[in-house]
Amino acid sequence: MKINLKIWRQSGPDAPGRLVDYSIDGIDQSQSFLEMLDTLNEKIIKDGGEPVAFESDCREGICGNCGLVINGVAHGEKGACTTCEVRMRSFQDGDTVTIEPFRAKAFPIIKDLVINRSAFDRIMAKGGYVAVNTGSAQDANLLPVHKDAAEAAMDSAACIGCGACVAACPNASASLFVGAKISQYTWLPQGQVERSTRALGMVKQMDAEGFGDCSNHAECEAACPKEISIANISRMRREYTKALFAEQGS
Amino acid sequence: MSDAKILDAKIPEGPVQDKWTSHKFNMKLVNPANKRKHTVIVVGTGLAGASAAASLGELGYNVLNFCIQDSPRRAHSVAAQGGINAAKNYQNDGDSVYRLFYDTVKGGDFRAREANVHRLAEVSTSIIDQCAAQGVPFAREYGGTLANRSFGGAQVSRTFYARGQTGQQLLLGAYGALMRQVEAGSVKLFPRREMLDLVKVDDLARGIICRNLVSGELERYAADAVLLCTGGYSTVFYLSTNAVNCNATAAWRCYKRGAYFANPCFTQIHPTCIPRMGETQSKLTLMSESLRNDGRVWVPLKKGDDRKPSDIPENERDYYLETKYPAFGNLVPRDIASRSAKEVCDEGRGVGPTGYAVYLDFGDAINRLGKEAIRQRYGNLFSMYHEITGDDPYETPMMIYPAPHYTMGGLWVDYNLMTTVDGLFALGEANFSDHGSNRLGASALMQGLSDGYFVIPYTLGNYIASTSMKAVDTDAPEFDQVEKEVQEYIDNLMSMDGDKTADEYHRQLGNIMIDKVGMSRDTEGLNWALEEIPKIREEFWKNLRIPGDAKDYNKELEKAGRVADFLELGELMARDALERNESCGGHFRVESQDEEGEAKRDDENYCHAAAWRYLGLGDTPELVKEPLHYENVIPSTRSYK
Repeated sequence: MKINLKIWRQSGPDAPGRLVDYSIDGIDQSQSFLEMLDTLNEKIIKDGGEPVAFESDCREGICGNCGLVINGVAHGEKGACTTCEVRMRSFQDGDTVTIEPFRAKAFPIIKDLVINRSAFDRIMAKGGYVAVNTGSAQDANLLPVHKDAAEAAMDSAACIGCGACVAACPNASASLFVGAKISQYTWLPQGQVERSTRALGMVKQMDAEGFGDCSNHAECEAACPKEISIANISRMRREYTKALFAEQGS
Repeated sequence: MSDAKILDAKIPEGPVQDKWTSHKFNMKLVNPANKRKHTVIVVGTGLAGASAAASLGELGYNVLNFCIQDSPRRAHSVAAQGGINAAKNYQNDGDSVYRLFYDTVKGGDFRAREANVHRLAEVSTSIIDQCAAQGVPFAREYGGTLANRSFGGAQVSRTFYARGQTGQQLLLGAYGALMRQVEAGSVKLFPRREMLDLVKVDDLARGIICRNLVSGELERYAADAVLLCTGGYSTVFYLSTNAVNCNATAAWRCYKRGAYFANPCFTQIHPTCIPRMGETQSKLTLMSESLRNDGRVWVPLKKGDDRKPSDIPENERDYYLETKYPAFGNLVPRDIASRSAKEVCDEGRGVGPTGYAVYLDFGDAINRLGKEAIRQRYGNLFSMYHEITGDDPYETPMMIYPAPHYTMGGLWVDYNLMTTVDGLFALGEANFSDHGSNRLGASALMQGLSDGYFVIPYTLGNYIASTSMKAVDTDAPEFDQVEKEVQEYIDNLMSMDGDKTADEYHRQLGNIMIDKVGMSRDTEGLNWALEEIPKIREEFWKNLRIPGDAKDYNKELEKAGRVADFLELGELMARDALERNESCGGHFRVESQDEEGEAKRDDENYCHAAAWRYLGLGDTPELVKEPLHYENVIPSTRSYK
């Protein structure tokens, strides 16, 4: 089938960008969306041009590296999947598809569709862990965890850090990302000791990175490839508020 | 006369159960106050790299940690699904450190080093403790204790898991520990950097040259030791279950600087993957092995039978695993299931558009247990399959075909994980030591974390404490020289202005590799590969096209450098496979099989690790052998009939 594309091209962080039209024929239904872009790039290279820069790695929806806004929707309209899991089967012959990067002040563009998400790493550095040095752990079964709590923690821990929540949010908030990590540890006994410092540290860093605040649009939940619930955001707010009081009381 | 190093594995004396304990005591320590004066480079942030960098940072070393991705959390360990083994014996079903050791040596078909495997089994229990303490959300029983499952044909339940995302959760645990050290200032993170060469000073590994993948600039880093945690090389086959950026470049450049490469032909082809569907396909997707618990594998009895599977009557189907291996049936080990699928497809009985697929049929299981029971067991896998192929496995049999998955071979290391270059260590899948010629399910995560959390913190300290080295900074002439060579290499790659892309060469190589150096290998095919690969390489260096600028974000340049290395590594794999005229584990030589067509090991001639020493471009590398001694697990024939 034939696909028409409008792709965001931008040569560097400070260069002006624009949508460029491409048209590509002979696309097979069995191809993935990224394989369609591979095919396009091979054609561009053969024609002497510069291929479209985009990122991907595992191509099975778990590494969180890929992330494109497809027809205005982060990871595409299908939902509950990453860009690499979008298949060409969901498009029709002759369709026009617009492809843009995830856009947020805190995710500056590096080139074309490639963005810098290192803000997420800096947020994680402020408490996205349990501080336990290698070798100092007790026997794992000495700390029982309720099955439901483990499942709830896993629901939050499923986040792949792709940033679709930020791209989908009208405020470019990272609340779902941060809320998911904070929530994971609230469910677990291992997370209790640092509960307050984690909430304060991660939320403050999120603000410092220039992400917006949450105003309950829930677009993040709709875009999340791992279907992480916005309940994680309300939990984050509770944790943060409690931690603020605890901080003032101490 | 060879001036090759004699391969001394430095295995400690004493009974296998005591070796690690006594070695830990005998090793020298670095004074706590002195650790921060020592800089350690860790390349890679997967399970091995992140756990090593975090643990060394905690100890007080000054750690520089590099990865090619935008964030350490994306390393390919993240994609491991199944689980991680540990000899906890929480299920009271007879497991023990010795049994895990025994199973791993036997599973590796007697081509792994006993002492390493025993240490791996010993520290396996500490790994689970560590990860649980980090808040890894492992599956739990109702009483709150950890849940286990039996995995990959093991007779005990020793596999710990976090849904189907065990690798992701373990990696996020290690990544969290790493980011904590970044915050503490003991680890400095360098994402979007690709290691392109190793710098040696006075024959010791003292630094690396990296390309900054955003600016394109070359960068120099100096250290007292270099740890390679850069994963395996399955992407040499082009199509594999690995992430598309996985590569062998860092390890290969170290090979060319004197690190021996061991058992390159030991690769694992995973039997249950979604088959290739078209020419432009970029990767193969693994479906959990658990599917074989209820799915029946079959192909049509007749060649070229292109009827719909539902139109093929029962008596015209060949359930070949069940007939050939009545005792294990569809649950035979990975290598046997893979090879059998290839055999029936080579006979012309494969199915699907390419003829390289077999059916995995849940019809009987659905009739027996009902659709709902099957949905509960495999619902997510069925929907993933449906999504990718457009076929509904509740209605029509799945199609599967084996895909390259894991590489047991890698840089040769001694018991301390040090390569033949002093000061250069290799951890995780990047080394060769623990899985022999076949890796058991749920053992890869265990080995990566074992090396990083519990082995290298000790053995690196011993190296630093017992090695006298001068102060070196990046202005040293050795850095000038290596950087100049890397620059020339990049200039050569950029200068050709040819017609073909790096991917085209990669696909061309991959076709040869999977066909001749894949699931079964023979003299004729291997010799053919040894002739063809250099031809492709020669053409590559004349006719490659890389668009854009080297001093820019340039994905095509990244790919080209990796393909250039694969074009050399592929040849070494074929050479190693040809040299090893026996069948063992994942390595099947057609010439070495018994009357029934089963793999025939040759312990008399091949009970060794084959380590290859680089002698220069175009020269045949030298084979150096490390004899393997089995003092505890006596080699026997693996039989699954």
